[in-house]
Amino acid sequence: MISIEIEKKLKAYKGQEALHIKKQFIPGSITRIYGPSGAGKTTFLKSIAGFVHPEKGRITVNGQTWLDTVANINLPPQKRMAGFVFQDYALFPNMTALQHLQYATEDTGWIKRLLAIGKLDDFSDHKPAWLSGGQQQRLAILRALAIKPQLLLMDEPFSALDTESKMQLIGELKPVFEELEATVLIVTHSPGELAELTNQEFCIR
Amino acid sequence: MDLTPIWLTLKLAAITTLVLLVIGLPVSWWLSRGRSVFKIIIEALITIPLVLPPSVLGFYLLLAFSPQHGPGRWLQQVFNIQFVFSFQGLVLASVIYSLPFMVGPVKSALQQLPPSLLHASYSIGKTRWQTFVRVQLPNIKPSLLTAMVLTFAHTLGEFGVVLMIGGNIPGVTRVASIAVYDSVEQMDYHSANVYSLILFCITFVLVTGVFVFNKYRFKSPVE
Repeated sequence: MISIEIEKKLKAYKGQEALHIKKQFIPGSITRIYGPSGAGKTTFLKSIAGFVHPEKGRITVNGQTWLDTVANINLPPQKRMAGFVFQDYALFPNMTALQHLQYATEDTGWIKRLLAIGKLDDFSDHKPAWLSGGQQQRLAILRALAIKPQLLLMDEPFSALDTESKMQLIGELKPVFEELEATVLIVTHSPGELAELTNQEFCIR
Repeated sequence: MDLTPIWLTLKLAAITTLVLLVIGLPVSWWLSRGRSVFKIIIEALITIPLVLPPSVLGFYLLLAFSPQHGPGRWLQQVFNIQFVFSFQGLVLASVIYSLPFMVGPVKSALQQLPPSLLHASYSIGKTRWQTFVRVQLPNIKPSLLTAMVLTFAHTLGEFGVVLMIGGNIPGVTRVASIAVYDSVEQMDYHSANVYSLILFCITFVLVTGVFVFNKYRFKSPVE
């Protein structure tokens, strides 16, 4: 079980607002997270990954405590190893597509399979500047999957893909998620989006 | 025509650049991470040589490292090292004087990298060191190169600070900028002209080279 209870101050135009979330996620579930802009969806994912630090809270993932502000436990992102797909992709400009995956894992078989899933086999020696927006986004997803995470956090991961590419990729990703037994949290734009991929939904307001 | 001052200047600039590369990278990395009053004070101290008259800096270094005073006396007695009127002294003064030229561009470049790049590296289990070597450093190459060239070129042109701590000892501390001044003092305009022209050509080629490298090497294919 993934149990999250956090309180985090958010910077807002009108002053400070607080993000207060208490939620449990079933292992292996795929949840779409939606809500208005500025509600704190990205901050929620970053808090789980350990990039930002909630003022109060407790996060436990499959029995392991990642954060407990009372007990003064706060695992760094390197120990949480949550796969993260960034809204801005966060690709390394100096690395080719293949090098991105090699930087994350040494499993050559897995790398080969990921490149095939992302349809990047023919572009493995291309740096991000030479990839299209959709290819960059797919590479960002593949890098997050490369570490075979037990928890995968995706911040608007399909926004740069056209409907056909998106459906195709979703069809390829679903069995991978199942195989990894990964719990997946996906931030989406609208409530109805990605209904075919997800089996849970959660609204942040 | 004695070209020793030119070789001495190039040697000083090369050693200063290498020393500052070793010192400047960790200092820049540390300064680029968050803000604190302590960091602001350190950054101000590093930046001061940009605005302080070189003779003032040279004067303080002369006082500090003369064998009659604290640090200078200690270095002489314990390690038998003398910084005043020696080549080591020139290196020390140049390192302090050119520190902002190395730290400034590198720190700015590190700060301009999106935080998500670091987060992406951390999320796949990489340490800060691995992230620095594999992600940050390769992606600030143009700024690093600019900082190295600026440091090198700035050291070529040092005068006041070098004169104060090193004096004008032929073959030891008589660098090109001092040789130009010395030649003019002796009305030897030919030598002053040769030294000046060589310094001008070296710096022009260096700075132009950096502009050309940064323009073509890192240009995006979609631009």
